Amino acid sequence: MIERERALWIYNKMNEIRNFEEAAYKLFEENKLRGSVHLYTGEEAIASTVCSTLTEKDYITSTHRGHGHCIAKGAELDKALAELMGKATGYCKGRGGSMHIADLSQGNLGANAIVGGGIPIAVGAGLGIKKQHRQNVSVSFFGDSASNEGTFHESLNLAAIWRLPVIFICENNGFGISVPTWQSTSVKNISDRAAGYGIPGFTGDGNDVEEIDRLFLQAKERALRGEGPTLLEFKTCRWRGHWTGDPEPYRTKEEVNFWKENKDPIKNYGKVMIEQGLATQEELDEIAAKAKAKMDAAVEFAVNSPEPDPAHVLDDVFYEG
Amino acid sequence: MKTTYAKAIRDVMASEMKRDDSVFVMGEDVEVLGGIFGCTRDLNKELGGDGYYALDIPNKDREVQHDEIADARCFNTPISEAGFIGAGLGAACVGMRPIVELMYWDFALVGMDQIVNQIAKTRYIFGGKARIPLVIRGQEGIGRGNAATHSQSMESYLMHCPGLKIACPSTAADAAGLLRTAIRDDNPVLFIEHKALYKEKGEVPDDPEFMIPFGKADIKREGKDVTIVANLLYVGRALQAAEQLAAEGISAEVIDPRTLCPFDYDTLVESVKKTGRMVIVHEDHKVAGWSAQVASEVTSRAFKYLDAPIERLGAKQCPLAFNLGLENAIVPQIDEIVAACKKVLYK
Repeated sequence: MIERERALWIYNKMNEIRNFEEAAYKLFEENKLRGSVHLYTGEEAIASTVCSTLTEKDYITSTHRGHGHCIAKGAELDKALAELMGKATGYCKGRGGSMHIADLSQGNLGANAIVGGGIPIAVGAGLGIKKQHRQNVSVSFFGDSASNEGTFHESLNLAAIWRLPVIFICENNGFGISVPTWQSTSVKNISDRAAGYGIPGFTGDGNDVEEIDRLFLQAKERALRGEGPTLLEFKTCRWRGHWTGDPEPYRTKEEVNFWKENKDPIKNYGKVMIEQGLATQEELDEIAAKAKAKMDAAVEFAVNSPEPDPAHVLDDVFYEG
Repeated sequence: MKTTYAKAIRDVMASEMKRDDSVFVMGEDVEVLGGIFGCTRDLNKELGGDGYYALDIPNKDREVQHDEIADARCFNTPISEAGFIGAGLGAACVGMRPIVELMYWDFALVGMDQIVNQIAKTRYIFGGKARIPLVIRGQEGIGRGNAATHSQSMESYLMHCPGLKIACPSTAADAAGLLRTAIRDDNPVLFIEHKALYKEKGEVPDDPEFMIPFGKADIKREGKDVTIVANLLYVGRALQAAEQLAAEGISAEVIDPRTLCPFDYDTLVESVKKTGRMVIVHEDHKVAGWSAQVASEVTSRAFKYLDAPIERLGAKQCPLAFNLGLENAIVPQIDEIVAACKKVLYK
């Protein structure tokens, strides 16, 4: 059983992420969002549970579907949404957008628009931790399809040979855009690939907070003991299309509805929390309401934030000292 | 102290690692072998290292202690360029100052996403808060019969990408001074050496603080009739061309930009004000080679001083054939540099 304070934190984070993604979707539909965003709706349990035991001295790298990780790793909703809207008040001053949102001060080494692009970076963070003799970990989030990129393979090998405190987390939502994982990937359980690198691998339910927690803490403790990396795979489902605007011809509404109705991580963990006496329904409702209010304020902030000044477009290519 | 280009590089890395614990070197074959060209020879031993490289291989059946990586200052990577280049970025983001050795700059292509999409862009697209004190160094170019995929010049591709500083030293002293600057720079620096220069000797100051600033071209030979701009191996070839021209009464000024980013256009413009004529020569292919950028920029800034269009020389537009005769037919030769200078002098 997860201790009450942390359980409440996780429940709140999942709500914040759910609200954030839905707010982003709404802004996209209203044509207020440039480009497209890749929504984490339905996958909230993974980022929230994993990040619930991390500090700003632990690192994460994320994916193009990075809002969830970003928020779970300490991002404030208003600055995050402002970044999605390209505003000067965004985390990256409007220069990164949704797919490049980062906050190094919180140990978030960034969303990454290149599939598999962040995995070696997480390895490097793990290398830095080890060389600094710190008791911290580096978590690499990536999708099922990223496990077919060369960088995945190189990174697992590097972390294994050097016994780095890296936890590789594969969020397997069954698709790489429209290509189902069964079509692109040589193994049914991506965690089987861990054996190829001599490291432990585990598959779990990505919509079950407690299962994620159990597997992650196990991997985290292994890393902190200096025993090296672990590959975790969490099976889940993204409720929305790959990107906002995706017509989704590759799956049925029934398929998605099954997950929405039966495997909603927020609803399900809420039930668990009540069963375990960690919270009352009123408390959970209050958390949900606060999260919603916070999101409304964030939308207000982001929509009314200024655009960055083009006169400064050449600033910060390099650090000038 | 007179030393070789390779040793100058090695000694700067040693001195910087002793000065700052966060500096470390990783790359292929950098331990026992000392790097494929000797740039990391005995670096480990000098930095208090122990382990694999100190053993009598192959006699010992030793289980490698993985935790050595924590304190290893110079260690081998597997052949995983995308992986270890990206790891260099990650380590640089969390407080380390990695020096990643590429065995050949051609292999940067294997890790190009990490260089162009990740390393070059991280600071800027993340809002300008990150500092990336990463050096990627290695050698390029012709000279060992390594053929098309192991003899290329990479700087033109890389100069094109914003967010990467590029240094390319032509002498031992320049290598030492520029490398120290690169290591102490809080930005990504691509340090491009040349395989045919490693054994060249030069006088290097015995100063552990000896640094050459980026963005400062060096006039390797003063002259008044024509300006020759060249980098790496071609600095030497340009100097030889200048000798030949001198015998014919033509005084050539040879300028080595030393860094392609930042690039010192001012020194080139000042030179053109004096000579009125410029030839730019490099080993890289002429088509879209960095000389095109420089010629265009100098023309823009110094048009009224130019008495002839800027002449450019570079490798012909075909892969670098293996056969030496063919290779020589592809890359610019000294007599071609001489001819180009005469051409802009209408002689």
